[in-house]
Amino acid sequence: MQLEFSPEEIAFQQEVRSFIAENYPENLRSVQDEGHDLSKEDFLSWHRILAKKGWIAPAWPVEYGGTGWTATQRFIWSEELAAADCVGTMPFGLSMVGPVIYTFGTPEQKARFLPGILSGDDWWCQGYSEPGSGSDLASLRTKAVRDGDDYIVNGQKTWTTMAQHADWGFFLVRTDPDAKQQEGISFLLIDMKSPGVTVRPIITLGGEHEVNEVWLEEVRVPVDQRIYEENKGWTCAKFLLAHERTGIAAVARSKRGVEKIKQIARTEMDGDKPLLANAFFKRKISELEIDLTALEFTELRSLAGEAAGKGPGPESSLLKIKGSEIQQRITELALEAVGHYGAPYFRGFGEGDNEHPIGPDYAHRAAPTYFNTRKTTIYGGSNEIQRNIIAKMVLGI
Amino acid sequence: MDFSYTETQDMIRETLSRFLADTYDFDSRGKMIASATGRDAGIWKALAQDLGMLGASFSEEHGGLGGGHLENALIMEELGKVIAIEPYLQTVVLGGGALKAVGGAIADAVIPEIIGGNVVIAFAYAEPQGRYNLANLRTTAKKDGAGYVLNGHKGVVYAAPWASHLLVTARTGGSGSEAAGVSLFLIDANLPGIVRRDYPTVDGFQASEIYFENVAIPGDALLGGEGAGLPLIEQIVDEATVAVCAEACGVTFKLHQGTLEYARQRNQFGQPISRFQVLQHRMVDMFMEVEQSKSMTTMATLKLDLPAAERMAAVSACKAKVSRAAKFVGQNAIQTHGGIGITQELAIGHYFKRATMIEGQFGSADHHFDRFEKLTLAE
Ligand SMILES: Cc1cc2nc3c(=O)[nH]c(=O)nc-3n(C[C@H](O)[C@H](O)[C@H](O)COP(=O)(O)OP(=O)(O)OC[C@H]3O[C@@H](n4cnc5c(N)ncnc54)[C@H](O)[C@@H]3O)c2cc1C
Ligand SMILES: Cc1cc2nc3c(=O)[nH]c(=O)nc-3n(C[C@H](O)[C@H](O)[C@H](O)COP(=O)(O)OP(=O)(O)OC[C@H]3O[C@@H](n4cnc5c(N)ncnc54)[C@H](O)[C@@H]3O)c2cc1C
Repeated sequence: MQLEFSPEEIAFQQEVRSFIAENYPENLRSVQDEGHDLSKEDFLSWHRILAKKGWIAPAWPVEYGGTGWTATQRFIWSEELAAADCVGTMPFGLSMVGPVIYTFGTPEQKARFLPGILSGDDWWCQGYSEPGSGSDLASLRTKAVRDGDDYIVNGQKTWTTMAQHADWGFFLVRTDPDAKQQEGISFLLIDMKSPGVTVRPIITLGGEHEVNEVWLEEVRVPVDQRIYEENKGWTCAKFLLAHERTGIAAVARSKRGVEKIKQIARTEMDGDKPLLANAFFKRKISELEIDLTALEFTELRSLAGEAAGKGPGPESSLLKIKGSEIQQRITELALEAVGHYGAPYFRGFGEGDNEHPIGPDYAHRAAPTYFNTRKTTIYGGSNEIQRNIIAKMVLGI
Repeated sequence: MDFSYTETQDMIRETLSRFLADTYDFDSRGKMIASATGRDAGIWKALAQDLGMLGASFSEEHGGLGGGHLENALIMEELGKVIAIEPYLQTVVLGGGALKAVGGAIADAVIPEIIGGNVVIAFAYAEPQGRYNLANLRTTAKKDGAGYVLNGHKGVVYAAPWASHLLVTARTGGSGSEAAGVSLFLIDANLPGIVRRDYPTVDGFQASEIYFENVAIPGDALLGGEGAGLPLIEQIVDEATVAVCAEACGVTFKLHQGTLEYARQRNQFGQPISRFQVLQHRMVDMFMEVEQSKSMTTMATLKLDLPAAERMAAVSACKAKVSRAAKFVGQNAIQTHGGIGITQELAIGHYFKRATMIEGQFGSADHHFDRFEKLTLAE
């Protein structure tokens, strides 16, 4: 065990750092700094640059387009991305369905779907949750009935993130209504432009449109868009959930978040002194930072276990719980830091005059981000469900 | 000692609660917020003229019902239950509070107008650098003949776009955060030189950035002594702080109640989620926070007329506790709802937003712990 990077790793760090500095899109930087919402094009502009460089999917096996980096290199990479405040890549293709396809898909399916995920030409969404099936995902009712070489799919999905922009979705559907819950489910890839697919927006608390209802009415889906065996979709789903949970710790991004709060607290005045001089506020920052270190080293230990051949297990629930709580505390502290200027609702009006700005730029998204980030303890398996998993799978009770 | 309400107080609560049930359902509130002015001015008129509600906390000599802090608290609690966006806090509690405290001609002139629903007052006190420090002011009022000339910038002035009057804190002398030199003025909101930039707030109100650019104000706009206004400002802000805590009692009560109802009818794993013990205990904790908020608000309301140091300690104790309760109850209401809790369509999220803004209004928990310690923990 050792903490320091090797000379090769330091060289790698330099390489990726200068790559980011030289290639990160300027206009994206300003959109972020001014606190605006990011569009699909914004996300794609950075995605395409990484795809061109071959660095879009560091976690994938080399044969499918991965970088072949070690766990430490991947760690350095995510640290550098966060330190430079780069936008993330959308997880649905790269971290979710991609690994399912290269793990469970046929050679034809791999050839057909993986390139679009890497290039960013295909955007994906995840159609798991239903109005009646959230935490109890296996109770899902959307059904697919075989008709020749097609399935005919009927049902409703909800909370489908980015479905409004998606070209493709991966869906869990019931193919055997008589089997025990988990055993009658299949994993289907559905073209979002198929007749019978309707996407309706759900507006969330910060005023943003990121989730949707997806209605499926008599949607024809070719059988060759089913991944893995019929009625074995739960295997794919469970595999994917474990993948989803590791990224969810978001350590590097949270480190950046803590730095931003320090920056705000240096600028914000608390009477005659900067807010950072306020002992209460300082204590909250250090508590956050120390908890983040505990999370970081828990993740590093877990990555070491993975490198030694132990796949992400139920301990990843710990990373999800602590990671999501820290993300929420960061937004909580940011809102507290901006004081009165948390109240103006910037989505409520246009650009406005520059002569009379409304508070500092960093305050504009503080409240909506705080509201929105309540989602992190709900999605990806709620934190209550994660605790149930630890109790059952780790503690054995 | 007696913690019971009088018949009049019970009547005020019942009348108001019935009126709000008819007028302030969630959809109607949404429509008010989405309208051009961001409110329904007819509600304010009705509160004044049909219900006599705006006079509840004023003396009979001024045409009121003879009540005071308790009436303000119970009205604010009812308003909180429907997350009303009425400018009661600003107009009656702050504006009315200041006028009651100074009395005299200006009180005789303006209070009846408040009671009649003809006046809306906004409280322009916060400045970008000042945070929760009421004396940290850069806005100045310079003596000019019989009157003053006002210059400066006030931030996030709730209800300002609706206001006929502004209650303004400014320095007539001194500097920094000095107590001496702080003055309070009640001015016409439409005087030349007042520039406003209006916007909605995340909790459904309207607010403004206000810039005073050489605004000439008359000498009789001054409330209390020139340069000696800080104690008065602290007093009305304490009264407003308790009023906001009372509002929080209404808001968190509904957050808890809504969560309980939802958990009873939401099924997962073949049973209502209210059967899961972890959620049961959480809802019990929420309940206890709501009850303790009510206790602290009652305590502080009853201590508002004590000498300043005792009043301040009581108000800070109350706000520190209620701010934390608002956070706890709000966050857990959303968490217990799951995904549906973070949508705009459900009322619960809007209660959460108001609860969140209440946390910091007139000082965060930290700010009030600090003030409490300074008053009670001599080294
Ligand atoms: C912003 C956002 C984006 C999302 N994106 C997607 C997406 O792209 N694709 C997708 O398929 N889904 C998505 N989801 C859905 C998400 O996975 C679900 O919200 C989540 O699984 C919880 O389900 P639910 O909302 O129905 O809550 P419920 O399951 O109804 O839970 C309500 C509450 O009960 C608790 N609870 C439930 N069961 C138990 C138990 N056994 N023990 C203790 N407590 C329990 C929960 O923890 C929660 O607090 C998203 C959700 C959000 C909020
Ligand atoms: C100082 C002291 C004085 C006492 N005096 C008296 C006395 O004068 N007369 C008398 O009769 N008894 C007395 N008791 C006993 C006391 O009432 C019991 O200790 C108590 O009822 C708990 O029972 P237990 O110790 O067997 O713990 P258990 O019942 O075994 O509980 C162990 C843990 O499990 C938890 N638990 C149990 N059931 C549930 C559930 N359904 N849901 C969630 N959590 C649960 C408990 O909260 C506890 O944390 C006294 C105990 C103490 C410590």
